[in-house]
Amino acid sequence: MSEALWALGRGTGVISLILITVSVVLGILTRSGRPAFGMPRFAVTLVHRNASLLGSVFVLVHVVSLFFDPYAELRLVDFFVPFLGTAKPIWLGLGTVSLDLLVALIVTALLRRFIGHRVFRAVHWFSYAMWPIALAHSLGDGTDAGTVWFLTLAGLCTAAVLGSVGWRASRVFVEFRGTRGAEEPA
Amino acid sequence: MTEKSLHIDWIACDGRGLCTELLSELLERDEWGYPRALGYGSDVPVPRQLQDAARDAVALCPRLALTLS
Repeated sequence: MSEALWALGRGTGVISLILITVSVVLGILTRSGRPAFGMPRFAVTLVHRNASLLGSVFVLVHVVSLFFDPYAELRLVDFFVPFLGTAKPIWLGLGTVSLDLLVALIVTALLRRFIGHRVFRAVHWFSYAMWPIALAHSLGDGTDAGTVWFLTLAGLCTAAVLGSVGWRASRVFVEFRGTRGAEEPA
Repeated sequence: MTEKSLHIDWIACDGRGLCTELLSELLERDEWGYPRALGYGSDVPVPRQLQDAARDAVALCPRLALTLS
């Protein structure tokens, strides 16, 4: 039973990393107002939202399975308060920080219409903190972190996020930039 | 079902183009990418068969610029 929980905890952690990377990349791409990967704009937003929600479900299974797993030595307080863990407290704590941020991101996204766009966006910017903290947790805490397949996956995720951040920072990011830019004073 | 009207908040709108995809029968994009309904301004009447699409547009607008009433 504990072998099964351990395998489930590791597997769901990897799937969470993939889904949240997809969500972060699509979140950045949809901000440009352009279609992406052959999907119309509304589909990019829908896949961004659904990848986040599905990723959160996998994160939930990840923490619950490791809570019942004897190797991980998780306590309930480690779900919410970082850096108190018994095994690898720093790396586990990064996972707790990213979980706390993920909860804040999901709750404010679901309540977007009630809390208003400004609050939503202020919290949503923390995605840029949540993703690298979650990646660091997977590399520091994950027992598969030394394997070639995991390092390849982590490298691909990093390249995807850095690539989209680089594009976002570039001058041509926003759609209609040419037309809108022409209206601005020089 | 009564006639519904789609209200566009021009201060919130940033012309991201989701509503013009979902409601292509109703809205087109102007030369800056903002939605435009020919003959109407901020309040666009929505025919019955487009009300589901209009609700999707309201829910998915990244700037919360749309309301349906």
